[in-house]
Amino acid sequence: MNNNYADPPYVKISDADASGLFSSGLEYNAPARGMWNIVHMGMLIPDAHQIYVCAQGCLRGVILTAAEMFELDRLSWISVSEEDMFNGHLESDIVDGTADILRRLDRKPPVVLLFLSCIHMFAGVDFENALNELSEMFPDITFIDCYMTPTMRQTVSPVVKMNAQLYAPLKKREKDPKAIAIIGCDRPTDETSELIGMIRHAGYSIKDITACSSFDEYLSIAESSLNIFYIPTAKLAGEELEERFGTKALYLPACFDSDELKDGYRQLCGALDIPMPDLSEQESRASKALSDARAVIGDTEIAIDFTAVTRPFGLAKLLCEHGFNVTSVIADTAGEETSAFEWLKANRPDLMIYAAANVNMLNFPERPHSKTLAVGQKAAHYFNTDNFVNIVMNGGYYGFSGIEKLAALMTEAYRTPKDRRTLISHKGFGCASCLDS
Amino acid sequence: MKNASKMIPCYSADTAGVCSAMYELGGMTVTHDASGCNSTYSTHDEPRWYDIRSDIFISALTEMDAIMGTDEKLISDTVKAAEDLHPKFITLCGSPMPMMTGTDFDAIAEEVERRSGIRTFAMHTNGTHSYIDGASEAMLAVVTEFVNECPKADGIGVNILGMTPLDFKWRGTSDLMKKWLGESGLEYISCLAMGSTLDEIKNAASAKVNLVVSYAGMASAEYMKDKFGIPYVCGVPFGIRAAESLADTIKKAAESGSSVLLAERSTDTCDTVIIGESINAVFLSSALYQELGISSSVICPLPTETRLLNSCDAEYLAEEDIEKALKELSPKTVIADPLYKSVIPKGTRLIGLPQFAFSGRCFEKHMPDLIYTDIKEYFK
Repeated sequence: MNNNYADPPYVKISDADASGLFSSGLEYNAPARGMWNIVHMGMLIPDAHQIYVCAQGCLRGVILTAAEMFELDRLSWISVSEEDMFNGHLESDIVDGTADILRRLDRKPPVVLLFLSCIHMFAGVDFENALNELSEMFPDITFIDCYMTPTMRQTVSPVVKMNAQLYAPLKKREKDPKAIAIIGCDRPTDETSELIGMIRHAGYSIKDITACSSFDEYLSIAESSLNIFYIPTAKLAGEELEERFGTKALYLPACFDSDELKDGYRQLCGALDIPMPDLSEQESRASKALSDARAVIGDTEIAIDFTAVTRPFGLAKLLCEHGFNVTSVIADTAGEETSAFEWLKANRPDLMIYAAANVNMLNFPERPHSKTLAVGQKAAHYFNTDNFVNIVMNGGYYGFSGIEKLAALMTEAYRTPKDRRTLISHKGFGCASCLDS
Repeated sequence: MKNASKMIPCYSADTAGVCSAMYELGGMTVTHDASGCNSTYSTHDEPRWYDIRSDIFISALTEMDAIMGTDEKLISDTVKAAEDLHPKFITLCGSPMPMMTGTDFDAIAEEVERRSGIRTFAMHTNGTHSYIDGASEAMLAVVTEFVNECPKADGIGVNILGMTPLDFKWRGTSDLMKKWLGESGLEYISCLAMGSTLDEIKNAASAKVNLVVSYAGMASAEYMKDKFGIPYVCGVPFGIRAAESLADTIKKAAESGSSVLLAERSTDTCDTVIIGESINAVFLSSALYQELGISSSVICPLPTETRLLNSCDAEYLAEEDIEKALKELSPKTVIADPLYKSVIPKGTRLIGLPQFAFSGRCFEKHMPDLIYTDIKEYFK
């Protein structure tokens, strides 16, 4: 391997600093398309219509995201020309264009997610005023300010903000003491997980935007008496709902550490006012599933990427503890995983960390690789392997049952190669795709 | 509102045109834009992304970079990447934010070139224009920089100008073009920019005629006419008979040294409308007339010149204008990308002709081969 890069794409964990793994530089975009973007997320609100106001180059990605998932009739756009930025029409075009689109729509949506872009923020556009004007013109429509502002990702990440805005149309309602919401997910949580089991067993109903089939059902999320989130990017959503409706937000991280999981369940039980159940059977099953998987997978090298699970270092630690040969993690940051990171640094000092978008990763798939089992699409691409677990953002799995399922998926991936090109080209894991037709 | 669209997509933008034109030439292309924005190009504008590696990158611009004017970061990051990847040349593209901050790409390119010792081009894109503009500027930069006077080929050598996967089916088209040229007694010299290496393109002045297959190639053709005296012929060899006729036009141009822009079209009332890139659409119209006797007019929603169109053709950019025009024309048939479906009048037949610059990957599997191929079945 070349060790003389001006901009190295990897670092050995023993040499890495959790507070900053890689320096910023030019970026490459790997052809792994499973991660959701703001368009996929916006489609979760039933009957909502998305309108994007931005330059042609920025519009293209969002329009074709909708087209590929057969939802083009739920998205419209207003293109910002070069002249618009200097002729004083930047703000009026937002209002006029949106009004024009809404007048031409056959059916008026209950909610419009109106997206402005980096250039609007940079120009100091008065978004609130635009929304007020539109609300006066269309009083039956709720307009939500949304942001396609990737240049601002280091201050307010577009995904974090979008996650919060997904719940902005909710209006205060009388609380249902026996209703709980799981917020911030892009797919339902596995029904067989102990998380769902505990909530249901305690007699609570579960509200989840991913399961809403109508706008009314979506609005009922506001009735929840407790909002649970386990994806870190949903933190702002939880905080804002707590502020607006006084609904407690409980963060139960989708982690792979037994003690942390049990600590989360204890918090849940406290919030639900139920006794902590004995989870030793679930814990044992997870452990056995890992041992069974290890027996099949053996010493095969394993690469994990951050798009598959929200805690790649935590998963690496768990697998190492169970004898797996985890050699690589693809992640740009250690995020909230300092503890797992430090454990790996001390116990697996040769583990390599790869930068997901470094330009020198461009030709990495063509390098010679040992047979690798990948967890995640980017890992599959970079390590040039068809033996991979095809999940994004934990795949809806959670807790001990999630570990058990993941172990089974790893075994299956080890035994049965997948059609990598087709699967990782599919945009928005779990969404409908024209690539399938 | 001329710039608002209820449902149909927009075309690929200028930055995508640059990247697409430069993709196979061994250079490094850097778009000065936010992290993740290159996924639009690599997913929806570039069918080669999975199969052919190319040094196409994004600068990962942040709001602080924009506010503080940190051009130095773009320069040093680009030079650092060039040290690792050794590109044959470097191309820098602008996007909306740098336009707002007035980034001087000419100066940045000069500095990158000085530090790296690698020829560096500044493209004047900003993400608000069409891919045609970007591809046109990129192709012109390539021919201006790399094409020099050289001995003419023995036969009638032909360069193809203006070909990218944004307008032409990526898989198969180059082979069909070469087959057509070979069987027509013409000699393939190079294709800008699909299927040729930079070294092949460097030899472009050995051609006797340039074939301009999309408006993106027009500026390069004009340059080569002025610089090397090479005449150009606009056209795309759709079908068999029309392709043979185009080959004859090229031979005549080689002999006369005169450029030919227009195609043989029907003057009858048109009951078919073709929506698309001007040269593609005009020459499809010509092929339909020659092969099937169909009279058709063209709606061009992309940059072009009036001299390439007939009086029955029209230039409309906005969804509502296209919708209105189609309603007024009330054609029996519209030939267009399938995502135009929502603006086609009820009762009008739509023959889908997917274009990557419009619908991206959506219909890639269904793109037909129309070059030097019997098209009667597809359009009957």
